[in-house]
Amino acid sequence: MSQKELLKVNNLKQHFPIKGGILGRTVNHVKAVDDVTFDIYEGETLSVVGESGCGKSTTGRAILRLDEPTDGSIEFDGVDLLSLSRRDMRKKRKDLQVIFQDPYASLNPRQTVGKILTEAMAIQNAVPKEKRRERAIELLETVGLNADQIDRYPHEFSGGQRQRIGIARALSVDPKLIICDEAVSALDVSVQAQVLNLLKKLQREFNLTFLFIAHDLGVVRHISDRIIVMYLGKIVEIADKKSLFDNPQHPYTKALLSSIPTPDPEVKKERIILKGDVPSPINPPQGCRFHTRCPFATDICRQEVPELRNLDNMKEGHRAACHHIEKIAAEH
Amino acid sequence: MFQFIVRRLIQLIPVLLGVSIIVFSLMHLTPGNPAQIIAGENAPKETIEQIENRLGLNDPIPVQYFNFVKDAVMLDFGSSWRTSLPVSEELWPKFWVTFELAVYSTIFSVFLGLIAGIISAVRQYSFADVGIMLVALFGLSMPNFWFGLMLMQWFSIKLGWLPPTGWGSPEQVILPVITLGTMGAAVVARMTRSSMLDVISQDYIRTARAKGLKERVVIYRHALKNALIPVVTVIGLQFGSLLAGAVLTESVFAINGMGKLIIDRILARDFPVVQAAVLVIAVVFVFVNLIVDISYKFLNKRINMD
Amino acid sequence: MSQETILDIKDLRTSFLVEDFEVKAVDGVSFKLPKGKTIGIVGESGSGKSITAMSILQLLDKPGKIMGGEINFKGKDLTKLSEKEIQNIRGNEISMIFQEPMTSLNPVYTIGQQIRETLKVHQGLNKQNGTKKAIELLSLVGIPSPEQRVKQYPHELSGGMRQRVMIAMALACNPELLIADEPTTALDVTIQAQILELIKDLQKDLGMSVIMITHDMGVVAETCDYVAVMYGGKVVEYQDVKSIFKSPKHPYTVGLLNSIPRHDTDVDELEPIKGNVPSPKDMPVGCRFAPRCPFATELCEKELPSLDTQADGSEVRCWVYTDRWDGDPEVNVRESKRTAESE
Repeated sequence: MSQKELLKVNNLKQHFPIKGGILGRTVNHVKAVDDVTFDIYEGETLSVVGESGCGKSTTGRAILRLDEPTDGSIEFDGVDLLSLSRRDMRKKRKDLQVIFQDPYASLNPRQTVGKILTEAMAIQNAVPKEKRRERAIELLETVGLNADQIDRYPHEFSGGQRQRIGIARALSVDPKLIICDEAVSALDVSVQAQVLNLLKKLQREFNLTFLFIAHDLGVVRHISDRIIVMYLGKIVEIADKKSLFDNPQHPYTKALLSSIPTPDPEVKKERIILKGDVPSPINPPQGCRFHTRCPFATDICRQEVPELRNLDNMKEGHRAACHHIEKIAAEH
Repeated sequence: MFQFIVRRLIQLIPVLLGVSIIVFSLMHLTPGNPAQIIAGENAPKETIEQIENRLGLNDPIPVQYFNFVKDAVMLDFGSSWRTSLPVSEELWPKFWVTFELAVYSTIFSVFLGLIAGIISAVRQYSFADVGIMLVALFGLSMPNFWFGLMLMQWFSIKLGWLPPTGWGSPEQVILPVITLGTMGAAVVARMTRSSMLDVISQDYIRTARAKGLKERVVIYRHALKNALIPVVTVIGLQFGSLLAGAVLTESVFAINGMGKLIIDRILARDFPVVQAAVLVIAVVFVFVNLIVDISYKFLNKRINMD
Repeated sequence: MSQETILDIKDLRTSFLVEDFEVKAVDGVSFKLPKGKTIGIVGESGSGKSITAMSILQLLDKPGKIMGGEINFKGKDLTKLSEKEIQNIRGNEISMIFQEPMTSLNPVYTIGQQIRETLKVHQGLNKQNGTKKAIELLSLVGIPSPEQRVKQYPHELSGGMRQRVMIAMALACNPELLIADEPTTALDVTIQAQILELIKDLQKDLGMSVIMITHDMGVVAETCDYVAVMYGGKVVEYQDVKSIFKSPKHPYTVGLLNSIPRHDTDVDELEPIKGNVPSPKDMPVGCRFAPRCPFATELCEKELPSLDTQADGSEVRCWVYTDRWDGDPEVNVRESKRTAESE
């Protein structure tokens, strides 16, 4: 894999104001994403995982500038996305496509599949007019649908097929990066597997780069090259797939992995059950945000925000944000 | 809760200011010199000037507006240009008549509308449901002056059961209240029905059934309280159109209320009275909606109180 | 098995009658649940698993109707009971928890009021005793400071906490059977782990039997003793939990297991089942799975196989395991991959 960075996210912050008080002033902020830095290399699949409220979807939306980030920089293919005008950003979206969780909500019910696809091409002027329909048919076949389905409406398709249409639409403008926001979460397992295989196949064929936002670690393990684990708006661990699953360092990552029910009744594993709920991102805990649920927390965790660190027992590029990595590793 | 009410009261200030500006401009946007209207067409120039000075019509507009607001806050709307009586003396007796009519009609429409709406929703697609919804559609689409006339024709003239005009005795109240309240009842019935149907399909209704509660308890304790939340908003908005509808109803039944007063004085170009009447109606409407908002919050615990 | 059976469902059929059209959502489901055990009912959307659960307590939404079959609970056939009799069982002897904890509690009543209501209906507890019991129940399901929580409204609690409240409410009258319809699907995985652990612990302590409706084979593996796999409104396979993972028999079960992206091992390529989940409005005539099955023969497409008990005690609805099988006699359903690729 080439190691050229396609996307560089630096110190990204996304704080949403909360209005309140008698005059409706901003009384506080939801710190949905708080100082997040990472790169995506060309041709790889980088996944962002975490539970609800961790900021994974917000990160995706900020990259697409669907929300304007509070602070930080996002560099895509050498261009600072945040400095682009609205108009230039629209043009840039040709290279940055997104696939959402609910394909039905993101497809216009009054347009045929052919229209949906050709319109996407027309907006970006990606394909000359007379070739668009031909290209649409080609795309349908690429994603495993039939050419004769081109004049049907979205409601005539099943959930898995609609997701294929969503994928075809994203592909129609030849993007460089596709952000998949919980793209397979709503699908039945047997169909989800089809779509995952399709995404992998497309990546090989078109040298696509994926930012894959998901909560299902099985799916993530299947599709990713590298994985970011987020908790309450911060990255707690980032690693290549193998390191993350075989040698997790952060206590939250460990708990998360051990929480997943294994589809094999013979496997008896040690389970770390976390106490309590994820705290509110409005007033996140001081210091390490995980300390309220962490079985290893000490005073330093309550006071100081841990930095992402790489230690000797970790592979290059594997970093975790915990004050006690050494201690925890020694105990186990 | 207290903070919420205070905030809503503060938010009323710009609304009321806006209303007062519109009401104030009423006089200044209408063609003709008020002093001329008061003095009569053939009055000598001196008289007109005298009146102009007395009313402060030569002051700059902002000063006039400021004085108008200052007086309005003290409930002093000046004197009628026609009768020279203080406006408040002319207004209040009529206001109470209209207010009574509006309140009785609201009670009538809420009571009837809720019952009809609940029956309709609980027995969806039954004969009763279809019947009620047909009647409601009729109630909505029929102009209320016509309906009033029809009621009068039947119950007063043909059957002689109820007096055709006037206001005060219980018999006199019935026909105007039905006339004015029917449209509201239809709106409330339709809203209650759709709101109930929506609530009945909610997960917590299934939970209530799964607990082993009787269907009656499920409907009245678990569904109705939730279904009322949007209905309350509609009732608040209804009150506004009720005040407007009152003008017509009062004309039909020759009731000496605000509606009749406003029409009479518009025709007579008696602007201080018209101004005061419009202002009072606007203020009442705004406050009724405030009360609705507060009760909405009270019913709907999910909304933050801050 | 010499164990006492608490629930015995025979040939249950539930349909939705829309105008003159009958949508057979549950079409002849049979299974038994031994007392104190957990059965998992697994399937994808439209398999009829949730409708089966709703049929037991007759909580079906409007046009839904039980068309036939028996639901024997402790010797009584629940389908024959009057509305009043079934009301006495709901929330009392059989309780149910649902998928959406966020919307399953009534937003306008406090947690305490909602738990008390169940206690009042079935045990006649007054307000004071009801509150005391509600607090006990909340602490039983691991809710911190239950004295404060009883006074709170649902919106003040997180999803995981609300599901705990639902469980507390379900346990109020010591039910013998708990039906859990996708109880953790809407929850985050660390919270899911808490809730599954809680259900397991409570089952052990209280001796309840549990029906766990889920689409997640992981949840099945971790919580169930027996598994019924449903497809197209029918049970296609019934086995104990270890056997179903070790030697799945029905091609659908095999396909389902091969479709799961595992978090604990690396798989290069998933082996999805081709095609889409069929809609109950448009069911194939023969075996419901035939159009997606890599082994399907003419027989499969024409005739529906029955759910037959095998030599090892498992039950399978597939022609491969019968004398009438007209395909490759050496077929090995578990090696679907090779077959699927060669096709």
